[in-house]
Amino acid sequence: MSSSTPLLAVDELSVVFHRRGSGETRAVDGVSFSLEEGRVTGLVGESGCGKSVTSLALMGLLPDRGVKVGGSAVMQLPDGEADLLRLSQRRLRDLRGSQMAMIFQDPLSSLNPVVPIGMQVTEILKRHRGMRGVAVRKEAADLLYRVGIPDPTRRLDEYPHQLSGGMRQRALIAMAVACKPRLMIADEPTTALDVTIQAQILELLKDLVTEEGTALLMITHDLGVVAGLCDDINVLYAGRAVETAPREPLFADPTHPYTVGLLGSIPRLDAPRGESLTPVRGSANDNIAWVDGCAFAPRCDHYTMECLQGPPPLVSVEKGDGGDDGGHVHRCVNPIDHAAVADRAVLDSPTVADEDEEERG
Amino acid sequence: MLRFIVRRLLQLIPTLGGLSILLFVWLQRLPGGPEYALLPDDATPEQRAMLRRSLGLDEPLMVQYLAFLRRIAQGDLGTSLQTSRPVLDEFFLRFPATFELGVTAILIAVIIGLPLGYLAARRRGTILDFAAVGGSLLGICTPVFFLAFILKVVFAEGMGWFPSAFRLSPGLTRTDITGFVVLDGVMTREWDVVWDALAHLALPGLALASIPLAVITRMTRASVLEVMEEDYVRTANAKGLHRTTVRTRHVLRNALLPVVTAVGLLTGSLFAGAVLTESVFAFPGIGSFVYIATQERDYPVLTGFILLIATMYVFINLLVDISYSLLDPRVRAQ
Repeated sequence: MSSSTPLLAVDELSVVFHRRGSGETRAVDGVSFSLEEGRVTGLVGESGCGKSVTSLALMGLLPDRGVKVGGSAVMQLPDGEADLLRLSQRRLRDLRGSQMAMIFQDPLSSLNPVVPIGMQVTEILKRHRGMRGVAVRKEAADLLYRVGIPDPTRRLDEYPHQLSGGMRQRALIAMAVACKPRLMIADEPTTALDVTIQAQILELLKDLVTEEGTALLMITHDLGVVAGLCDDINVLYAGRAVETAPREPLFADPTHPYTVGLLGSIPRLDAPRGESLTPVRGSANDNIAWVDGCAFAPRCDHYTMECLQGPPPLVSVEKGDGGDDGGHVHRCVNPIDHAAVADRAVLDSPTVADEDEEERG
Repeated sequence: MLRFIVRRLLQLIPTLGGLSILLFVWLQRLPGGPEYALLPDDATPEQRAMLRRSLGLDEPLMVQYLAFLRRIAQGDLGTSLQTSRPVLDEFFLRFPATFELGVTAILIAVIIGLPLGYLAARRRGTILDFAAVGGSLLGICTPVFFLAFILKVVFAEGMGWFPSAFRLSPGLTRTDITGFVVLDGVMTREWDVVWDALAHLALPGLALASIPLAVITRMTRASVLEVMEEDYVRTANAKGLHRTTVRTRHVLRNALLPVVTAVGLLTGSLFAGAVLTESVFAFPGIGSFVYIATQERDYPVLTGFILLIATMYVFINLLVDISYSLLDPRVRAQ
């Protein structure tokens, strides 16, 4: 991690949806994290924890009406820094696709069914790189080739339905990297794909980050993806980060009971036959509001009355040896003792885990 | 593409065959045959029977049906009982007028309906949206003949802005080439004829356009609203494309697919609407001819008209399918 200013510093991001009749929903409730170039940062959490809304807010893709976005997201741009949440739509349109790009969850529905793949790639080159004529078609074919699409020239004239799921996601990745953006957001990019393809796509994303030094924000509910890809991890619960740490400390010494529960719920091949899975008890519907205390308390096995006295602050995790915590912070007043859970939560780093959930986060 | 068209053409045979049976049975079941229409009220039963025999109406049904089919296949739709001339000739004579009226109506409906529906979707919840939705509801609810009558009374007879009847003002000389007045006028550069013909088309065209206009407006609105929520529109926005590119290439192109189908079906239904509109405006097309035929129980004309509508429908459907496969690559592949 470089000591200079991060590429994107998100501070206390909040997104509140106002709907007529049903009051307001706080989808994101004070999330802070930062993205560094050449690093992959994970936003992890179950469906409804605010992962996708966070990414849409950063891209400026939330609807204009009925949404209130708070906090700040300061990005380093070639012409100085700017708060993405305060930019005009016109300015955002210039940045989207060129400085920041996004890869979505469902590659079929994310591609226009009646426009050839080629045009969907060239339109972004024309828009941001001002390319024209034969050059733009050649560049589009090169891009498709670089993301691993064989026979790219032929593919340019094909339509999305003629491509396989993995090819479609590759095509979307080609569009995202077309202008070498410095920030890339991938919102569950492998959820709609089968397991072997997932691994290939993750591998591709990893290579792109390494080669281009892009900052990748990886949004997922899949801890296997996190373990294989992410350098820094933010665990989100009910619109707030409850634990933030680099990969190793998070997987080795998770301290927040929710993180521990998530890690414990991963199905394991080496588990005894017939042993039932251990889900995190309850559902996100049981949450209490953060202002009243820890939102996770109703589902937590470790909660005390202390947990219900206002929102728990984000604190550094103290290490037994008193050494550097390496940026490991959590939002918990009754964290889990490392040593006691160590043998339960230590995981190898699986690259890909099975999908048991297809919902978007 | 060619195979597709040929296959679709072959599919017409059973469709039209089934239709001919329906039509024939329908004709048989109708009360009051032509012998009541053609002969005076005081004609004797013997005279009526003789006429039935001379028209071949006493033959077994199967024989009559086969004869009916053979005639249709030869393009012989029978002889109009009103004019004693072949039905097909009568139709050919009047077809250009009805065609011009139909094209006018569809053009009005598309040119107004598409942008209106699109704007209503874009400005959802505004006064424009409410006006478009409310107006189209009114358009669907108002019977065509009633609207035609109101338009004629207010704008033709009341304000005098438009002529109230016929295709052209009496006394206007024109060169006839194709039978299509506007087309001939443009070809011969008789602009006064073109202008006069368009003035005559305006009110009946508007009346006939009311339902297609309403349907196209609402369908476009609904379709655009739906497409604007699609993931690929979000992708297009995420690519930072210009708003116009997103709107045309990504929203409109997809939103128009269902509208194309609707336009096709509506074009087919125009002929039915033309019967009432033409008769209100004494427009000398097939519609007003058929209107009189219903009153006169001119069965050959009615049969021919139904066959004509059905054939038009089938061909328009073919056109819709072809244009659909040009617009939607997913259809093309199958």
